[in-house]
Amino acid sequence: MNLTLKVWRQKSGSSRGQFVEYQAKDVIPDMSFLEMLDVVNEGLISGGEDPIVFDSDCREGICGMCSLVINGIAHGGHRGTATCQLHMRHFNDGDTITIEPWRAKAFPIIKDLVVDRSAFDRIIQAGGFVSVSTGGAPDGNAIPIPKEAQELSMDAAACIGCGACVAACKNASAMLFVAAKVSHLGLLPQGKVEKDRRVLRMVAAMDHEGFGGCTVTGSCEAVCPKEISLDFIGLMNREYLGASLKGS
Amino acid sequence: MTLDAKIPSGPLEKKWDRHRLEMKLVNPANKRKFDVIVVGSGLAGASAAASLGELGYNVKCFCFQDSPRRAHSIAAQGGINAAKNYQNDGDSIYRLFYDTIKGGDFRAREANVYRLAQLSVNIIDQCVAQGVPFAREYGGLLANRSFGGAQVSRTFYARGQTGQQLLLGAYQALCRQIGIGKVQMFPRTEMLDVVLVDGQAKGIVVRNLVTGEISSHAADAVVLATGGYGNVFYLSTNARACNVTAIYRAYKKGAAFANPCFTQIHPTCIPVSGDHQSKLTLMSESLRNDGRVWVPKKKGDKRAAHEIAEPERDYYLERKYPSYGNLAPRDISSRAAKEVCDEGRGVGSSGLGVYLDFADAIRRLGEATIRERYGNLFDMYQTITGENAYAMPMRIYPAVHYTMGGLWVDYNLMSNIPGLFVLGEANFSDHGANRLGASALMQGLADGYFILPYTIGQYFAGAKPLKPPASRPEFKKVEEETKARTQQLLSVRGKRTVTSFHRELGKIMWDYCGMARNEAGLKEALRRIPELRREYWHNVNVTGENQELNQALEQAGRVADYMEFAELMCSDALMRRESCGGHFRTEFQTEEGEALRDDANFSFAAAWEYQGPDKPPVLHKEPLAYEEVKMSQRSYK
Ligand SMILES: Cc1cc2nc3c(=O)[nH]c(=O)nc-3n(C[C@H](O)[C@H](O)[C@H](O)COP(=O)(O)OP(=O)(O)OC[C@H]3O[C@@H](n4cnc5c(N)ncnc54)[C@H](O)[C@@H]3O)c2cc1C
Repeated sequence: MNLTLKVWRQKSGSSRGQFVEYQAKDVIPDMSFLEMLDVVNEGLISGGEDPIVFDSDCREGICGMCSLVINGIAHGGHRGTATCQLHMRHFNDGDTITIEPWRAKAFPIIKDLVVDRSAFDRIIQAGGFVSVSTGGAPDGNAIPIPKEAQELSMDAAACIGCGACVAACKNASAMLFVAAKVSHLGLLPQGKVEKDRRVLRMVAAMDHEGFGGCTVTGSCEAVCPKEISLDFIGLMNREYLGASLKGS
Repeated sequence: MTLDAKIPSGPLEKKWDRHRLEMKLVNPANKRKFDVIVVGSGLAGASAAASLGELGYNVKCFCFQDSPRRAHSIAAQGGINAAKNYQNDGDSIYRLFYDTIKGGDFRAREANVYRLAQLSVNIIDQCVAQGVPFAREYGGLLANRSFGGAQVSRTFYARGQTGQQLLLGAYQALCRQIGIGKVQMFPRTEMLDVVLVDGQAKGIVVRNLVTGEISSHAADAVVLATGGYGNVFYLSTNARACNVTAIYRAYKKGAAFANPCFTQIHPTCIPVSGDHQSKLTLMSESLRNDGRVWVPKKKGDKRAAHEIAEPERDYYLERKYPSYGNLAPRDISSRAAKEVCDEGRGVGSSGLGVYLDFADAIRRLGEATIRERYGNLFDMYQTITGENAYAMPMRIYPAVHYTMGGLWVDYNLMSNIPGLFVLGEANFSDHGANRLGASALMQGLADGYFILPYTIGQYFAGAKPLKPPASRPEFKKVEEETKARTQQLLSVRGKRTVTSFHRELGKIMWDYCGMARNEAGLKEALRRIPELRREYWHNVNVTGENQELNQALEQAGRVADYMEFAELMCSDALMRRESCGGHFRTEFQTEEGEALRDDANFSFAAAWEYQGPDKPPVLHKEPLAYEEVKMSQRSYK
């Protein structure tokens, strides 16, 4: 199939960007979306033009590096799929596809489709961990954990930190990302010990980075490649309220 | 060059304890006077950087992704081994040690492997304490599954995302240290060379991938935890940007490169679908617990799987290896798949595929159970192929997956260059000629959490912090070399893209240095690689400039190193006139077609020393002395 691409090109964070049109010819349905872009880039390089810059690494939906808004939807709108796992069989001959970077104040553009997501790292640095140092841990079976709690914790822990939730939110809120980490750790006995401190610090860091507020519209959940549930935001709000009341 | 493995004396099971007791310590107040550079933030690098920060060292950690959380370790699916014997099925430290040595076809260092098995139990405890949500039974205790090459159930897992969860544990520990200022993190920064001062590793030269700036960092020691080099084959299960550059540059500065040809080809990957293919996707080996591998008995049988009746199917792993069956080790399973496809019995449109069939397991356990165990893998398979593996068998084929070879290190994980430590997949130490499933994660974390924090202290104890300033001429010289090389890549402006060269190199390696190798093929590869390399430097087209985010340039540097490194791999494979583990020389096989080792002549680790451009490297042999185990012909029948 043949496609028309409208791609956001921007030389650097400080320059002005614009959409540029490219033709993607002879696209095969089994290609992934990024492989289609690889082929377009091969063509551009051969013609002496700068290739389109986008982030990707594992290409199996787990590293969280890829980050494209495709036709207005973060990761392209196939449930539970990151951009790298989106395949061209979902498109039709003659389609025009718009490709943009994540757009959020806290994720400044570096070049073309690449953004700076280090704000997420700083939120984790503020408290997204269990404060244990290497050595001296008790036996792994010393504290039994109910299977249900472990499974729920794992549902939250599955977050890949891609930032699609932020890109999809009209306020560019990072609540789903933060809630996923707060829940992952807070649901386990190992993480409960410092749960108040954690949630207060992470929320403060989130606000400090300039992410917007949450109005629970659910657009984050809809684009999350790991289908992290909105319920975790509720859980975090309760933890936050509890911790604030304790005044810790 | 002298290679001293520094293996402590005494009985195998006492070596590490004794060594820990004998190692000199750095007093806590002095630790903050030492600076350590850790390149890499995967399981090995992140665990090392975090643990060193906790101890009080000043750490600088580097990775080329935009966040340390995205290192390739994140993609590991199946699990991590530990000799906990929670299942009461006869496991022990000794058994894990023995399985690993045997799985490596008796080409690994005994003392290192024993220590790895010992430390495996601490890793699980550490990870649980960090909040890694390992799978659990209804009673609340940890669950296990079995993996290839083992007859006990000792693999811990977090759904199909074990690597992700372990890495997030290490990443969070790292973040805690970054938050309190003990570790300084440099993402989107690529190390392009190491700097030696008076023969010791004292720093690195890096390129800031956003601005293109090339600069130096100095320290008292340098730790490389930069992962594997499977992408020399272009197509592999590794992430796109995994590369050999860090360790290859160190090799060119004098670090010995050990067993470069030992490559693991994983039996269960999704077959190639076309020329556009950018990477191959692994289907976790854990699937072989419940899936049965088969091909039609008849050649060229193009019927759909369900039309082929039971008696017309060849469950070749169960037939050839009755006691391990579908759980035969990776090298053996991969080769068996290649054999049946070479016979013309492969499935799928390319004929390069075999079935992995879950019909029996679904009948036995119900679809719900299979979904619970492997749901995300089945989903991934469907996303990529468009096929529903609950209703029809998966198609799989072997793909390059892991590299056992790496920089030579002694028992302390230090290379032959003083002050240069190498951890994780980047070193050669523990897996011999073949790695068992679920043991890379174990090794990376053992190296980073529990070995380096001790052994680096031994290196510092007694030494005064040296901390040569990055303004010293040694640094400037390497910086200039790096700049010149970058400029050279940009100035060729030829006609072919980097990817087209990489693909061609990968094809040569896959054809001649892949699952089966022989003298004629390797010689052919050694003729073609230098030709391709010459063309590369005359005809590659790298667009853009240095002073910007330039992915073509990044890739060009990595491929330039592969172009040289591929030759080293082939030379190593040619030198090793035996078959062992993943290194299968067609000239050396048993009557049944199994790998035929030659212990009398090849029971050594091959450590190569760089001699300069266009000069053949010199081979050094570290003899493998087995004090405890008896080397035997590996049998999984
Ligand atoms: C798909 C897949 C599934 C796997 N499943 C399993 C499994 O179930 N069990 C198991 O035990 N093993 C598994 N493995 C193997 C295992 O994941 C790896 O061997 C292991 O994670 C490697 O860890 P590492 O820390 O050594 O390197 P990596 O995780 O690869 O990290 C390398 C780090 O080095 C950095 N780096 C590299 N070069 C440079 C440079 N020049 N400059 C700056 N930074 C650099 C990178 O940015 C990265 O941070 C799997 C591997 C793959 C490919």
